[in-house]
Amino acid sequence: MEILMSIMIGIVFTVSIYLFLSRSLLRVTLATLLMSHGVHLLLLTMSGLQRGASPFLNFQADAYTDPLPQALVLTAIVISFGVTSLLLVMAYRTFKVHNTDDLDELRGSADE
Amino acid sequence: MRQKQIKSNDVMLQIFARILILIIITFSIYLLLAGHNNPGGGFIGGLMTASALLIMYLAFDMKTITKAIPINFTTMIGAGLLLAVGTGIVTMLFGYPFLTQFFDYFHLPILGEAELTTALPFDLGVYFVVVGSALTIILTIAEDDK
Amino acid sequence: MNNLVILPIIFPFVIGAVLILLTKHHKLQRIVSGISALVLLAISIYLAVVVYQDGLIVLELGNWPAPFGIVMVADLLSTLMVLLSTLVSTVCLFFAFKTISPEREKFYFYPLYFFLLIGVNGAFLTGDLFNLFVFFEVMLIASYALIVHGGTSYQLRESFKYVIINVFASALFIVAIAWTYSITGTLNMAHLAERVAELEQSGVLNVVAILFLIVFAMKGALFPLYFWLPRSYYGPPAAIAALFGGLLTKVGIYAIIRTFTLIFNHDPGYTHKGIIVTIAGFTMLFGVLGAVSQFDFKRILSYHIISQVGYMVMGLGIFTPLAVAGAIYYIAHHMIVKTALFLFAGVAQRVTGTTDLKQMGGLLKTHPVLAWMFFITAISLAGIPPLSGFFSKFPIILAGFEEAQYVISGVALLVGLLTLFSMMKIFSYAFWGEQKHTEEQARLPIGKLLLPIAPLVALTIILGFAAEPMFVYSLEVAEQIMDPSIYIESVLKE
Repeated sequence: MEILMSIMIGIVFTVSIYLFLSRSLLRVTLATLLMSHGVHLLLLTMSGLQRGASPFLNFQADAYTDPLPQALVLTAIVISFGVTSLLLVMAYRTFKVHNTDDLDELRGSADE
Repeated sequence: MRQKQIKSNDVMLQIFARILILIIITFSIYLLLAGHNNPGGGFIGGLMTASALLIMYLAFDMKTITKAIPINFTTMIGAGLLLAVGTGIVTMLFGYPFLTQFFDYFHLPILGEAELTTALPFDLGVYFVVVGSALTIILTIAEDDK
Repeated sequence: MNNLVILPIIFPFVIGAVLILLTKHHKLQRIVSGISALVLLAISIYLAVVVYQDGLIVLELGNWPAPFGIVMVADLLSTLMVLLSTLVSTVCLFFAFKTISPEREKFYFYPLYFFLLIGVNGAFLTGDLFNLFVFFEVMLIASYALIVHGGTSYQLRESFKYVIINVFASALFIVAIAWTYSITGTLNMAHLAERVAELEQSGVLNVVAILFLIVFAMKGALFPLYFWLPRSYYGPPAAIAALFGGLLTKVGIYAIIRTFTLIFNHDPGYTHKGIIVTIAGFTMLFGVLGAVSQFDFKRILSYHIISQVGYMVMGLGIFTPLAVAGAIYYIAHHMIVKTALFLFAGVAQRVTGTTDLKQMGGLLKTHPVLAWMFFITAISLAGIPPLSGFFSKFPIILAGFEEAQYVISGVALLVGLLTLFSMMKIFSYAFWGEQKHTEEQARLPIGKLLLPIAPLVALTIILGFAAEPMFVYSLEVAEQIMDPSIYIESVLKE
């Protein structure tokens, strides 16, 4: 299972890097979103995919999963939610002000 | 012109929205309250409430909603933050470390035996922050689009 | 149990939340934020004094014991950094009162300012790796909002790149954390330090260590990841640029110092003396060459941030108590001086309406106080005795020669020379020469703008003349962080 997940994470990373290298504002924004998904999956996978009950008080089971990576992933998801929404608004405003979403045209000249 | 067109096609959406919003908000409040020892919590509860309110914005037009719910969502963020951090500070005043949580079992009138924790006001604060910020973000973009 | 540690984090949190509620009342916002900044400064001074007298303070959040819960740790290094950051931010806030436009004030400038401080102080005080990530993100999100604040077309264009680079770095940060967790099974820094020492797997750990170095290097603008800095720091108004220039990269440097003294000290021959020293050399050299080639007040200063970050990392790389003490002294000196210089650039821009050196001139005649204050800070930056710049570079370079790191020490000396050159370039173009601004601009009163900067100029003189007590203090800080067992024992209570 870990190997399958690793391959999948690899694919997610590849796609996100491809999008990072594209020239459209929106694609780059999507790339950060995809990248964060890949990273979150990696965080879960690296700490071992265990089977067992959730570590809550009223669940009786033989084995419990490690709660820490889940807590970390939840935090990371919330953070990436905030960052992505900010980035979307920023990309939108940049598009409105500059009237282009081509990053080549957003390079800016050297002497300003 | 564009707004009128959208309005005239909205009967289905408006009727279903009324039913859906009720269900979604009820469930989101359940999530908020269950979030201590079960899956749930302020964050997903808040997101769900925000989505319910968004359906409302989609189904009816902006002006009606702002009249019906006269809440400034940015104020809501501030209030939520204060509530959440206040929970931690109160425990500090009693000499315990920041965010120490306490719980006890109480017998409430209709609900029967219930566990009340100091995590609840904290979650409520998170809930307000999430609802406030999600709606602020989306409404800012939506209002800009006119 | 001492809640004092968390005060520099909670206090700006509460104030930030209150300020959100007060956005409509401009006067009240200013009064509240001004008073709170001063209170915060008092808190951090008190914290520094308490830690200096009684030793480390550890707070277990929510009363969960150490390796399981999140801990906040205040040692000498972190309290010094908190003190410096609140000092710098207070100065910038009072400068902002005079310069920031009302439109910007309306759009949550002050709340964002305090949220930035939560992130910065939290990153300095936390004792947990994942918590460090969270505070980094708090700081970065606030910085994204501040750097684009006002939304001019230049700001939008450059800030987008700044955000993308930092989001990418944050993603790598989580990757590094995931690997650390899978190797050691813990994220508490003290616990990590203990387990890394037991592991004896330097190969894998070196990979993780270098990944952390890459992440922090992106935030701290080290070679070759500094390219985003000069352009993005050019856009925002002077108060924000000064705060960023003085504060933000230093959080990255602090994280490097903390992780590479406490956790990844298993193979200093490779990570410290090999990689970090090499990176430091290139950072210094490329930063200063960038500065020499520029003809813009703010851009020269931005490139100098890069070259000076190199000195701090060089001190860490040489890895003797003397060198690390020098690096810490240098951080203190740099935060004070760099903030002051950025604010002077803002004042000069206020007078002449430009930051292009070729269109400036003659400020010495019309605004002599500004010119001489700038002169003192500039030569302090270049490292002329008896100002603080000299006494902070001296121990680093001395330690370099002692450890037979001749190349890097030579580079450091050369960079000091070039720094002096580019500072003198600013002085001779902007302050000497023919007056290029109008008579009306020449009569512009700037006394009120210079007042908040004066304490910083005074501090660089004091740090120079009172170098000995300050250096003894940095040496104590260095000895404390070079001996991780103190930190580990006070956190894990063994």
